[in-house]
Amino acid sequence: MHVHAKRASVFMGACLASNQALGDWTLNMAPGVTGSSNEIFDLHMTILWICVVIGIAVFAVMFWSIFAHRKSKGYKPAHFHENTVVEVLWTIIPFVILVVMAIPATATLVDMYDSSESDIDIKVTGYQWKWKYDYLNEEFGYFSNMKTSQDEIYNRIQKNEHYLLDVDNPMVIPVGKKVRFLLTANDVIHSWWVPAFGVKKDAIPGFINETWTRVDEPGIYRGQCTELCGRNHAYMPVVVKAVPEEEYNEWVAEQQASAERERELTEKDWSLEELMERGEQAYQTACAACHQADGSGMPPAFPALKGSQMVLEDVQAHLDVVVNGVPGSAMQAFGDQLSEVDLAAVITYERNAWGNDTGEVVTPKQVFDYKNEE
Amino acid sequence: MSAVIDTHDQDHHHGPAKGYITRWLFTTNHKDIGSMYLIFSFAMFLLGGTMAMVIRAELFQPGLQIVEPEFFNQMTTMHGLIMVFGAVMPAFVGLANWMLPLMIGAPDMALPRMNNWSFWLLPCAFLILVSTLFMEGGAPNFGWTFYAPLSTTYGPPSTTFFIFAVHIMGVSSIMGAINVIATILNMRAPGMTLMKMPLFVWTWLITAFLLIAVMPVLAGVVTMMLMDINFGTSFFDAAGGGDPVLFQHVFWFFGHPEVYIMILPAFGAVSHIIPAFSRKPLFGYASMVYAVGAIALLSFVVWAHHMFTVGMPIAGQLFFMYATMLIAVPTGVKVFNWVATMFRGSLSFETPMLFAVAFVILFTIGGFSGLMLAIAPADFQYHDTYFVVAHFHYVLVPGAIFGIFASAYFWLPKWTGHMYDETLGKTHFWLSFIGMNLAFFPMHFLGLAGMPRRIPDYALQFADFNMVSSVGAFMFGATQILFLWIVVKCVRGGKKAEANPWDGAEGLEWTIPSPAPYHTFSTPPVVK
Repeated sequence: MHVHAKRASVFMGACLASNQALGDWTLNMAPGVTGSSNEIFDLHMTILWICVVIGIAVFAVMFWSIFAHRKSKGYKPAHFHENTVVEVLWTIIPFVILVVMAIPATATLVDMYDSSESDIDIKVTGYQWKWKYDYLNEEFGYFSNMKTSQDEIYNRIQKNEHYLLDVDNPMVIPVGKKVRFLLTANDVIHSWWVPAFGVKKDAIPGFINETWTRVDEPGIYRGQCTELCGRNHAYMPVVVKAVPEEEYNEWVAEQQASAERERELTEKDWSLEELMERGEQAYQTACAACHQADGSGMPPAFPALKGSQMVLEDVQAHLDVVVNGVPGSAMQAFGDQLSEVDLAAVITYERNAWGNDTGEVVTPKQVFDYKNEE
Repeated sequence: MSAVIDTHDQDHHHGPAKGYITRWLFTTNHKDIGSMYLIFSFAMFLLGGTMAMVIRAELFQPGLQIVEPEFFNQMTTMHGLIMVFGAVMPAFVGLANWMLPLMIGAPDMALPRMNNWSFWLLPCAFLILVSTLFMEGGAPNFGWTFYAPLSTTYGPPSTTFFIFAVHIMGVSSIMGAINVIATILNMRAPGMTLMKMPLFVWTWLITAFLLIAVMPVLAGVVTMMLMDINFGTSFFDAAGGGDPVLFQHVFWFFGHPEVYIMILPAFGAVSHIIPAFSRKPLFGYASMVYAVGAIALLSFVVWAHHMFTVGMPIAGQLFFMYATMLIAVPTGVKVFNWVATMFRGSLSFETPMLFAVAFVILFTIGGFSGLMLAIAPADFQYHDTYFVVAHFHYVLVPGAIFGIFASAYFWLPKWTGHMYDETLGKTHFWLSFIGMNLAFFPMHFLGLAGMPRRIPDYALQFADFNMVSSVGAFMFGATQILFLWIVVKCVRGGKKAEANPWDGAEGLEWTIPSPAPYHTFSTPPVVK
């Protein structure tokens, strides 16, 4: 009981102390910024109004009976109990309404399925719990992680305006171009959704799905993963930045250059301090959600790294777990997700943070060699 | 249940066995088994409801306050499984056990020993399922739809226990369904032709066929999971040549008829209650029967409308969209017939009628959102958002559950021999009605504004309606304790109920005394 009481008081406190700028009272779907999303919005409004009109007609008859045909008012019941004409009519009329509804729905669907003749192809891969965007023709790719801090989630600090909907590296696309998305997943099924585009498609491990969009207005568009994918399903937002074409081209050139720099970093000699600094950042994005910022983990599902036997002693085992993951558990293989530099930095960080002071440095070259040995 | 024990023996048969164990554990009496099913289902309703309260408490505000995401996912999963398999389905089997023999003039169910077994399997199955909450790694956390590979490669160790529990529930359901079919087809009183059967009997007959058709499919899909997890097969693992989407096809081939299994018996019950309190015969009996048949048949060819975003070919999308929209036609016929039954009747609004009228109105709202979801392109925006959560709670809570409440109030006088407290009954209705709408209507808005389902934490723009929804859910949840009190009070005493306490009710069940004697219709009545 004690624990419950404590939790309850914390909960009540959180309710009373809440001074956050809370949301709005949005009632309806928003039209969006693409042709598809506008067509969907029109379909949605049409079917909604059809339902409202039918509903009003049916309920009007019902409420009339409820008010007028009451026993308490001495109303004597009629005895009719069938009428073939009426029955046929209320079978045929709804059928006709449905046919009328199906026509625009079919047209929209055919349009949405036409992903041919795209200008840009982006491969979207769902991971537990982040997205990877690979620009197939430009030969670079990167991960997109949620930026919201654990402190915000656990109500320790004020929540940001874009709470849960902000990422470190958004997808960037040019306006006015047909962008084709090829979706797949690394582990479980995820679903990639940007409401303003009217695009939602499942990312399924081992299979590739296709969809597309053409955004007319520059802006930042936010969405979320919409297929339950495990613990942090709520924490893998989708952010897409639509920019004018020139800006997009500059951004692509910059990405390609930084991919090149990343390769050079592997060659560089790293000091413990440099690796620790980089490792802390990488740890916060890749590891902290499960193993916690202070390395204490959440046993038994997520073991503590602080004071862990493996982390303190066995370097090979540590490399193996981080690079290859632990099959059958929530620990993923980070070998393909992080660069050699980040892998080295994370491992070094884990071996030297939170009083784990081993003083050992694992270099990017060591990681590179380890990966190639396998 | 003392009221049943008190019953003096009208037909000069022996009464219930003496002793608690022999009376309840070994009973083959349809009334005892019906009561046990109903009590069990209400216990599960409270348990599943408690889990819903945890969910709504966590969602009261953005951020994580009460539970961690792992536990939240266990709550959503267990809430769904317990409500579907533990609360709604057993409640209808309980009603079937009590009422089918009384409605068709049979002395008992056709297979009374199997009846006993199919009930007692259920507590075993749910003991196993609920025990997973206390296992290392926790209970199933992959949603009640348990999509692979989240439930196979990435599932907790307790998944195998979950599979075993589902197998046992399936066996129980199949045996229950066989019993219903055998009873209805073989044991009707002389003169009761198929087209003279009461609608509750008709809807249960069709439901039983649905159960027999799809429970083996559910057993099949969980067995494939079992093989994938423990025996190295790759039905759902792309790395071994399998396909995660295959899981969804098999699951929803079970899952869509399953949603009709949960609503058709309620259709039947409401088709008794509305005429009774309208004092006017049911409008369009034959078309009601045909509509239920049409809905049941169509339910086998619409499953992939749950999967519009998995990347089916366009021909598949179009087929499933059209087939799904078609279901609106027979469903519409049913609603129109209920309204036509009320039209120019002589209406009074006792508690069963209040629940039945709310059923028609709110189920229709759930039907409208279902029609919207059937439009495949629009579904791309609705899919896996709170709009879907709103939709299926509108068809299941005021649909299935209000249907069960209406039935319980309608037949309580027959079961206990006492009238329930009308004032308390109406209070229960109005608090449930307001709480339920407050809880679930705002979910439409949340879904349209873009809130995904199955998340323990959400962006700030969803905060206001979530708070409203939680308040409504707490209200609805607390109100159900009142129902428990009403039933206990009614069992213990109250105004004596006549054989037919409702002046407009018709059917064989109202020709026998209240409470119904332990053995009824040992000599079959003759139906003209």
